Amino acid sequence: MAELPRTAVAIAAAVRSGEVSAAEVLEAHLAEVDRREDEVHAFNLVTADAARAAAAAVDRRVAAGEDPGPLAGVPLALKDNLCTRGVPTSCSSRILETWCPPYDATVVERVAAAGAVPLGKTNLDEFAMGSSTENSAFGPTRNPRDTGRVPGGSSGGSAAAVAAGFAPVSLGSDTGGSIRQPAALCGVVGAKPTYGLVSRYGLVAFASSLDQIGPFAATVADAALLLEVIAGHDPMDSTSIDVPPPALGAGLDGGVAGLRVGLVSELTGEGIAPDVAARVRQAADALAAAGAEVGEVSVPATAHGLSAYYLIAPAEASSNLARYDGVRYGLRVDGATTAEMNTATRTAGFGAEVKRRIMLGTYALSAGYYDAYYGKALKVRTLVVRDFEAAYERFDLLLAPTSPTTAFRFGDKTDDPLAMYLNDVCTIPSNLAGHPAVSVPFGAGADGLPVGVQLLAPALGEATMFRAAAALEAAAPPLEEAYA
Amino acid sequence: MSDRLTRDDVAKVADLARLALSDAELDLFTEQLGAVLDHADDVAALDLSEVAPTAHPLPLINVVRDDVVRPCLDREEVLAQAPAVEDGRFRVPAILGEEP
Repeated sequence: MAELPRTAVAIAAAVRSGEVSAAEVLEAHLAEVDRREDEVHAFNLVTADAARAAAAAVDRRVAAGEDPGPLAGVPLALKDNLCTRGVPTSCSSRILETWCPPYDATVVERVAAAGAVPLGKTNLDEFAMGSSTENSAFGPTRNPRDTGRVPGGSSGGSAAAVAAGFAPVSLGSDTGGSIRQPAALCGVVGAKPTYGLVSRYGLVAFASSLDQIGPFAATVADAALLLEVIAGHDPMDSTSIDVPPPALGAGLDGGVAGLRVGLVSELTGEGIAPDVAARVRQAADALAAAGAEVGEVSVPATAHGLSAYYLIAPAEASSNLARYDGVRYGLRVDGATTAEMNTATRTAGFGAEVKRRIMLGTYALSAGYYDAYYGKALKVRTLVVRDFEAAYERFDLLLAPTSPTTAFRFGDKTDDPLAMYLNDVCTIPSNLAGHPAVSVPFGAGADGLPVGVQLLAPALGEATMFRAAAALEAAAPPLEEAYA
Repeated sequence: MSDRLTRDDVAKVADLARLALSDAELDLFTEQLGAVLDHADDVAALDLSEVAPTAHPLPLINVVRDDVVRPCLDREEVLAQAPAVEDGRFRVPAILGEEP
């Protein structure tokens, strides 16, 4: 595809001007899928026919002198927990294996209305519970940078689809890091917006006070473009904020001169691999060299964020997943009574990690334990919010690693749930606070695998955050260059 | 390993969550959930008596839609996804133990 534009920004511009057709852009990307998908397994489902129809519709609009929109002809992959009308939406779970939603998620409607060409549904850890895609009922996704390694998770398929060149952009969801961590491990950009900035209507719920949809892209500008398209108030989601969607793309080259950036001291020491921590310090130096005022800042409550998250998220999940009872949709395993049918269905339909989280959440919410666990976790959440507020009195943005390590090997952490959970230590605080954060590739670790550095911003701080992300991207060492 | 979470506790929770666990799963989950709860001890040990809980990151309250009739999901399309349907409704096995 030497002659074709590669980024979403360039593809949309070329398709809108009639310079290239959406059809030829699509075929080039489908050819990449054909070439490597067997090896990577980014997708649960490739919807090539529907994509060809969508691309043809875009080309007809261009030929008729109409503007198909800001994502004209841009191939896009959708995490398989985003509802697509009449198209299977499995959440990588046996319990929803054949389910076809009767409606589209708001984000799916928005990208289609903007001229994007959905390619298919990407693999994830079952119901977005996991950090490696190893919890998918349909087999793991492999990291395109090294297929012996996990792509991260839970949105591992969406991250891998971009890293493999199957699509320039994709959508994922982030409850405790499920966009940013796989973005870091696959060497792409991934952003979790402010809670409420993007409608979650049609996102299959995991933990409702934490879930947020966001973009993956190969470049910061592409991630910004996709976020501009999906952001904005939606009456169908009562947690959607009624603010004007942010203008991100126009300000990306504004630089970081005078911007105050705080390196989070709790997330750069113990528990973080030395090469990852070194890359984060190198990123801090790069921002300083570009004119930012960089300092260190303590955000003490981040130390308790992981524990609070692994009580709050399972508690909400145990409630949200009560709906899978074999009555209205999805799998049913017969039983003599409805109660027996419910139990037989859930026992057969859920994988081990989902069962574990439902159990943990049910326990944390049960009589006698609520105050000790769930109640306390909600109070820790207040501490995290307070500590961030204090940090943002002194700094505009915070800087931290995205993941404590680079991509790990399959099976490394599957026997020890707690070890897997520790992967999320750097990403969870932003979910607890409802704040935005973005992971930007910044060179490789000692093993030659990508390192992601994370920029954190206060609520609705996306414009500043993306501007700094663009500066980091410009200063980043090549992905191939191992840390020495 | 935690001594606060017993195998009987796990069995009780599984019943509440409508999950049937094998003996091997009960043993494994007792150990694994105990390890997660042990990690949460740092939270349980904090004195948070003066701290108010945050249930939700946004201060939005009482969000209601306009009281206007709008189209909703198509009934046939919704029922087409159900495991069993009868007379335009979801069909389930006996609920109270008696024959339907």
